[in-house]
Amino acid sequence: MQKVYTKIDSIVGNVITVRATGVRNSDLAEVTTSTGKSYANVIKLDGDRVSLQVFSGTQGVSTGDSVRFLGHPLQVSYSDALLGRVFDGSGKPRDNGPELDENMIEIAGPSVNPSKRIIPRKMVRTGIPMIDMFNTLVESQKLPIFSVSGEPYNQLLARIAMQAEVDLIVLGGMGLKYDDYLFFKNTLEKSGAMSRTIMFIHTASDPTVECTLVPDLALAVAERFAVDGKRVLCLLTDMTNYCDAQKEMAITMDQVPSNRGYPGDLYSTLASRYEKAVDFADAGSLTILAVTTMPGDDVTHPVPDNTGYITEGQFYLRNGHIEPFGSLSRLKQQVNSSTRDDHRSLMDAMIKLYAAYKDTLEKKSMGFMMSDWDEKLLRYGSLFETKLMDLSVNIPLEEALDLGWRILAECFEKNETGLKTELIERYWPKE
Amino acid sequence: MAQKKGHVVSVNGNMVNVRFEGDIVKNEVAYIKVGDTRLKSEVIRISDGVASMQVYEMTTGVGVGDEVEFSGELLSVELGPGLLSQVYDGLQNPLPELADKCGNFLQRGVYLDAIPDRDWPFTALAKAGDIVVAGDTLGTVPEGSFTHHIMVPFGLQGQWKVESIVPDGTYNVRSEIAVISDGRQKKSLSMVFDWPVKKAIGCYEERLMPDEPMVTKIRIIDTFLPVAKGGTYCTPGPFGAGKTVLQHLTSRNADVDIVIIAACGERAGEVVEVLKEFPELVDPRTGRSLMERTIIICNTSSMPVAAREASVYTAATLAEYYRNMGLDVLLLADSTSRWAQAMREMSGRLEEIPGEEAFPAYLESRIAEFYERAGKVRLKDGTIASVTIGGTVSPAGGNFEEPVTQATLKVVGAFHGLSRERSDARKYPAIDPLDSWSKYTGIIDQDKVAKAYGILARGNEVNQMMKVVGEEGTSLEDYIVYQKGELLDAVYLQQNSFDPVDFAVVPERQKESFDILYDILMSDYDIASKSDARVFFNQLRQAFLDWNGIALDDERFAQYREALVKTYTQKVRA
Repeated sequence: MQKVYTKIDSIVGNVITVRATGVRNSDLAEVTTSTGKSYANVIKLDGDRVSLQVFSGTQGVSTGDSVRFLGHPLQVSYSDALLGRVFDGSGKPRDNGPELDENMIEIAGPSVNPSKRIIPRKMVRTGIPMIDMFNTLVESQKLPIFSVSGEPYNQLLARIAMQAEVDLIVLGGMGLKYDDYLFFKNTLEKSGAMSRTIMFIHTASDPTVECTLVPDLALAVAERFAVDGKRVLCLLTDMTNYCDAQKEMAITMDQVPSNRGYPGDLYSTLASRYEKAVDFADAGSLTILAVTTMPGDDVTHPVPDNTGYITEGQFYLRNGHIEPFGSLSRLKQQVNSSTRDDHRSLMDAMIKLYAAYKDTLEKKSMGFMMSDWDEKLLRYGSLFETKLMDLSVNIPLEEALDLGWRILAECFEKNETGLKTELIERYWPKE
Repeated sequence: MAQKKGHVVSVNGNMVNVRFEGDIVKNEVAYIKVGDTRLKSEVIRISDGVASMQVYEMTTGVGVGDEVEFSGELLSVELGPGLLSQVYDGLQNPLPELADKCGNFLQRGVYLDAIPDRDWPFTALAKAGDIVVAGDTLGTVPEGSFTHHIMVPFGLQGQWKVESIVPDGTYNVRSEIAVISDGRQKKSLSMVFDWPVKKAIGCYEERLMPDEPMVTKIRIIDTFLPVAKGGTYCTPGPFGAGKTVLQHLTSRNADVDIVIIAACGERAGEVVEVLKEFPELVDPRTGRSLMERTIIICNTSSMPVAAREASVYTAATLAEYYRNMGLDVLLLADSTSRWAQAMREMSGRLEEIPGEEAFPAYLESRIAEFYERAGKVRLKDGTIASVTIGGTVSPAGGNFEEPVTQATLKVVGAFHGLSRERSDARKYPAIDPLDSWSKYTGIIDQDKVAKAYGILARGNEVNQMMKVVGEEGTSLEDYIVYQKGELLDAVYLQQNSFDPVDFAVVPERQKESFDILYDILMSDYDIASKSDARVFFNQLRQAFLDWNGIALDDERFAQYREALVKTYTQKVRA
């Protein structure tokens, strides 16, 4: 049944209403206006009044424009042909490649049966010491990067996309500046990582509705690759833009706002996306890393707050590097006992010494005398920051651990590190 | 009786309006037919021949005109032997069986029998001719280490006569075991019957004061902030403060017969940990697997919201069912905020006038109703049994001044507030000892606890003052009080959940530890200076922590205890 309706009753915000029968909830429709075609999906049915949200917005839509129902919900094509391609928030190509319409799969599908999940057990190597060594990313983990706007979070994501040891990267961009989109595209193409990447990009100038579809499209594709045995990493930036788009739409739909204008179902909305992260016993895995910018560096803002309740830890990006304090990977215990036997102890010892360095720094800024020990700490702190914390460092975990030992040896005597003698004897660098 | 039917007239998210004919019941279950699948839903409002229904599944594909079948029954769960060690979703669908049938993903519209189809060895207790009422025991079957009572369905009114009952033997769970009659009609009974989840199960003689402590083996709770069997408590806290870890510890160590975990709108990964770990862990009370005393109701955050609302009621109903067999049951709900949010979403779709933060006006009464399902009761045969409810709350921004936390605090008997400050300082369990409170009596003498509390509070005051005037400006006396408070915190309130000994402390040991600690806190010492005090209390802390790490049956136990006692007695002022 593909009936065309040509009488639009109302146009409010991005939502149009037509009188039609035989329409089903969430069905997709095609709206043809004088400026072109756009998809729309059914969000509400009331008798024969059908409300649809138009993906490209309602600017320029006439009450006489035609609406054609396609009889199925929004779908996305799934095949290896997606690799290296770029799409927009309605699933149409953004590059100059052909449109894909084979093997269509539904988006925002059902969630995984909890009894089919397994306890995560494999780490995702990124080559970034602050992640691998100090807050290990684990397959099937969902982690946000909490950041203030202006921090190099997209640069960090691009580095992870290039370096992470996974089979496939799916990048979802929401409200990206066009420059950022070009940056991602150029960086990935130059490094050769583009061939294992799929991008769904909504830029800041694109219609709001499409922003809300990006995570669903990206995660639906990523999930299918995981079911087919691939280890997939899904990168999302920026989830705060996504939530703001949800807010905008909820308000135009006359929904009662709950907290700072955000809709009451913000938690469920975010959770059903983040919970797509999964590790299958007999298939691949899906890991999610998502940027959440914190308006005003306020972690109690509804978006980072709700996110924190959902995700398994968080990375704080501050002053250009991943903060050792506050950042937390809740799943790191699952894997860092089996990496190398000095991993945990070295990680703890180095963080404790770094905390002592921070205290010393404070003392120094207040004009106190620096003791020998303070001088040692200052030296250690600056080495730690340049050699390990800098985001451009790209070394495997084992090298990072060795480097950690060298830094300790350069600054301290053996007994000043608080490490077990047995470990020191094995790993302390020989002259 | 012809089945009532209706047709969909409008769809808005997970709320569907249906025009119906004939009579329907509020809160009855109906199924929307979409193609071949039937979507379960509940009537939550009826107005002018239109029923508003919340759908327990995603409503993608529902269309105007779709047929709806009304079942005539309220949302119910199946009660009978075989519930223990099961993993259900919020509507009592067994998840492992669902996975066998549908694979990795939760397919909508698939509803399986909750009670496993198997045979049980039945021992009859009633005999033909007996007069019984609802809740009376007809016979028993052994379920794990428990004697599972097969009871007369709770919903039956008046007196019934047992017409016939099967002899002892092995029967299928759904086969007839007895026939009863009230003179007008006969009823065939099996081991299974239904009960509507939103109605509390009665069938007991009277409710009693919850006055017996429920031991959790967590020192700060048992000694300072006790929970009683049949009582209620809540655990609010910001994210990352350790709410779920604390509940997991409680579910492992609590001194009750049965634990029901309602994972309501939280991470699936956390449920998986319980699922995979519990079968491996041994219940110290019975020596059997911990899973055998556990039921998990799991409606994680990505599962349909309406079923999340139902899941806490499902859990409460199962708890009451086992209570009526004379058992002590603990129900842990994580998190009640997600449940409240589910109500808020539904209320928004019904276009009700919103209250604070858009929560519905009936939020408080619903929360009160839920916690009131806890209680200690005397059953008709004189047995004492209880349902204890502990709920976590996830307040937005970690701020306790929000509607769900405040409504919960009004109705619970104990408040274990978790603080970000304590969890950041790695002081676990991160329960704030000064803000939290409990109205129950614990395992330690109340006066002594109050005095210890006094020192903790005073120590905290000194600490605040010291931040302003510095150590130099603090008197030695005050400084010692501060050190005593810190000692109490470090060796008693904090507990290392990763330590094989310290993670669970039995009441006898808590009493012994507390007595020594109390003596330390109440003694005067020969201390000349602040640095002297610091050194002394550091030694004391070390000796106490060392002793904490030694198991009760370890031969060095007495030796470490002696070492600790010697450390402080030699400094006590004569």
